[in-house]
Amino acid sequence: MNLIKKTMAAVLTFFFSMSIWAQTIDASQRSDLNLRAGVTEISNEVYDLHMLMFMVCVGIAVVVFGVMFVSMYLHRKSRGVKPANFHESVKVEIAWTVIPFIILIAMAFPAAKTLIAMEDTSEADLTILVTGSQWKWNYRYMDSGIEYFSNLATQREQINNKFEKGENYLLEVDRPLVIPTGQKVRFLITSDDVIHSWWVPDFAVKKDANPGFINEAWTNVIEPGVYRGQCAELCGKDHGFMPIVVIAKSPDDYAQWKADEISAIETAKAEEERLLSMNMSMDDLMANGQKIYLAKCAACHMPNGEGLPGVFPAIKGSDLALNDRAGHIDILLNGRTGTAMQAFSKQLTLSEIAAVITFQRNAWGNNTGDIVQAAEVHAYANGQ
Amino acid sequence: MSTATETAHHGEHDDHHHHAPAGLKRWLLTTNHKDIGTLYLWFSFIMFLTGGAMAMVIRAELFQPGLQIVDPNFFNQMTTVHGLIMVFGAVMPAFTGLANWLIPMMIGAPDMALPRMNNWSFWILPFAFLILLSSLFMEGGGPAFGWTFYAPLSTTYSSDSTALFVFSVHIMGISSIMGAINVIVTIWNMRAPGMTWMKMPMFVWTWLITAFLLIAVMPVLAGVVTMVLTDKYFGTSFFNAAGGGDPVMFQHIFWFFGHPEVYIMILPAFGIISHIIPTFARKPLFGYASMVYATASIALLSFIVWAHHMFTTGMPVAAEMFFMFATMLISVPTGVKVFNWVATMWRGSMTFEIPMLFAIAFVVLFTIGGLSGLMLAITPVDFQYHDTYFVVAHFHYVLVTGAVFSIMAAAYYWLPKWTGVMYDNTLAKWHFWASLVSVNVLFFPMHFVGLAGMPRRIPDYALQFADFNKWISIGGFAFGLSQLIFLALLIKACRKQGEPATSQVWDGAEGLEWEIPSPAPYHTFDTPPLIK
Repeated sequence: MNLIKKTMAAVLTFFFSMSIWAQTIDASQRSDLNLRAGVTEISNEVYDLHMLMFMVCVGIAVVVFGVMFVSMYLHRKSRGVKPANFHESVKVEIAWTVIPFIILIAMAFPAAKTLIAMEDTSEADLTILVTGSQWKWNYRYMDSGIEYFSNLATQREQINNKFEKGENYLLEVDRPLVIPTGQKVRFLITSDDVIHSWWVPDFAVKKDANPGFINEAWTNVIEPGVYRGQCAELCGKDHGFMPIVVIAKSPDDYAQWKADEISAIETAKAEEERLLSMNMSMDDLMANGQKIYLAKCAACHMPNGEGLPGVFPAIKGSDLALNDRAGHIDILLNGRTGTAMQAFSKQLTLSEIAAVITFQRNAWGNNTGDIVQAAEVHAYANGQ
Repeated sequence: MSTATETAHHGEHDDHHHHAPAGLKRWLLTTNHKDIGTLYLWFSFIMFLTGGAMAMVIRAELFQPGLQIVDPNFFNQMTTVHGLIMVFGAVMPAFTGLANWLIPMMIGAPDMALPRMNNWSFWILPFAFLILLSSLFMEGGGPAFGWTFYAPLSTTYSSDSTALFVFSVHIMGISSIMGAINVIVTIWNMRAPGMTWMKMPMFVWTWLITAFLLIAVMPVLAGVVTMVLTDKYFGTSFFNAAGGGDPVMFQHIFWFFGHPEVYIMILPAFGIISHIIPTFARKPLFGYASMVYATASIALLSFIVWAHHMFTTGMPVAAEMFFMFATMLISVPTGVKVFNWVATMWRGSMTFEIPMLFAIAFVVLFTIGGLSGLMLAITPVDFQYHDTYFVVAHFHYVLVTGAVFSIMAAAYYWLPKWTGVMYDNTLAKWHFWASLVSVNVLFFPMHFVGLAGMPRRIPDYALQFADFNKWISIGGFAFGLSQLIFLALLIKACRKQGEPATSQVWDGAEGLEWEIPSPAPYHTFDTPPLIK
């Protein structure tokens, strides 16, 4: 029994010194081995909870494996040991049922406290609607009407190993979410198609985007910076290619950004009006359409327009693209319910839709010679 | 049935027995628990290699960043079918095979209680997996929505072959339910006189409890795949909010099956380890009664923890806390088991033959998986771990170094009884040490990439994960190759090449199966033994 006591003492000392060592690690440093402490109060609490749990687990492992390895060394037949014959001990068995139970209760309290804080979405300063769809995020600021899509910005050529991969490979988007620091930002999270999950590790926020339901989460970022995350729920073919980038700006910078965005929306509206009355040339439409096609359509319909048989239909040679002009405009504007085909009326301008339809009707040997102008799309959208 | 084609080494049997015909017909028509056990075990090993080959595809693609070998759609099919095959094709049939071989011999029964159903429950399995595998070659490919087939990815947004997936899961479920009924009826009715409940070997106890879990939850799985089927093909809206359904309800139903399912895959492993450690420690199992109670508690608790797989789906705080606390509670009976094994070793007289090495590796590595499970139970931190490689590391530690290592330990432990010859010890050592090292190179770094933020089920990843993924892939290839050593060893043993085994085989072994000759005769315990 003396040996057991000594072993226990040694193990406890080791456990204690490990936990001190753990606390000396700079919590804010970014590590490729461990969870990030993150940049919010909550994320720091979560990190501390993680380290506490980890240390408790290491402690348990050291005790259990320690006793086991000591036994494997001491109690082996080759040392001439005769086996004992005991096979139960009520006292010991009660002890090792009750002690873990007490440890668990001790861990339950801080966990419950953090959990309750994380789920308290009340009294937010700013609310943003986050909508996932295959395979991009949409952000809508509930207070100002600013709304935009956020797509993967990494080039296809990098993914296909033709270009060298950049520093933020697969973790970069065309339009990041922008939030102010020092304010409680509430996220309403939902989806247009399958389940996605909006995850920014530095905020310790991960919440599923369920189609037809709205989830809530919140954060309050202390320091300005760029924070990157990814979709965390398998959502189909390009699940690995829908990152999240959040830029936290100081309240002043945020206000400036907001003003710029609102005036940019006005400018875009005016430009849209202007383009509506303009006729684009075939070449311009084709060039513009190809760019949009590769950015928005090629993930499913493939760069060659042939789709993925059995999953995503081909556009090359399809009846819709060769004959049904109105149907073609309709599916672009409104999508098709019950399939992965999204409504693009919110994602693309009228002239962009016109360009991509023209492209699809003339690329890959479709050669219909059709030219679709923004005015025609506009007319269709307004029920003419 | 057959006319008697008596083979030479079945000499000691009574004349009234029908002996199996030779060749293919023997295996197709067999109702013998040993033959069916052998069929299950070989089938499971073939599936293990098939699912393993898919894992090799996954690891080859993830060897470095960028898309090299497969496209993302096929990658998703590989992760999906890998999971389905390993769960339903490798681990579960292996345990059923062991149950077939061992339960009658351990309780002194002549065979399983329902031998014809036994034949049927095995022979529908190969068809289930042929259907599943064939779907990979269809237009649009096989299932690509993960083995958990979350709606609506598996309904509205899945490929046309989903009906085949549903059908094959139905067949697997029917097979499991029939196997479970057989186990329960056999144990309930056919124990040798004097074998009271609390004298039953631990493997029999754990399988009895597992069989009840199977009967409770396999119909739930059948229900949920049927709902997926009707949502996709017949316009119902169980999981579609637009029609009044709820995609999160899918997850509740699935995990109500899924969580007991993970205990279905580990309780028989606990039984196996509870046989092997006492044998090689030459000391009775410590705390037999508490082992039985712990197994039963784990089984009961397994029904009230399912939503810990769903903490991020948006549940009320009260529900999150309930499932957090209930999950933490499971670590108490699981801990009791580990402590009991260590106490069994304490002051024993240990030797370290291959089954014991696998059993010790099981205790250590399963415990690591259990401890990371305890970390995952803590809801606020689970938000960070959920759907990352940390989870992948966790469940591969409990399923590969847990369930699969226990099956390998069982194979080495009982192989001499089955074949009558000792396995090739050199190959066995190579197999053990190569597996032990490679499996940790494979799964341990997954903890790191997971914590650092790598989501699971992605075919390509950010650059900071590149170094570890390379190591993980190397470990994966090495672990895969190591299993070919096992294949060679098994073929050798089945060809009866090796030292003849005694009936006792291991000098510390106790139990009815060690009192009959090695190899075990085709029919055993025609007259029940009497248990003191």
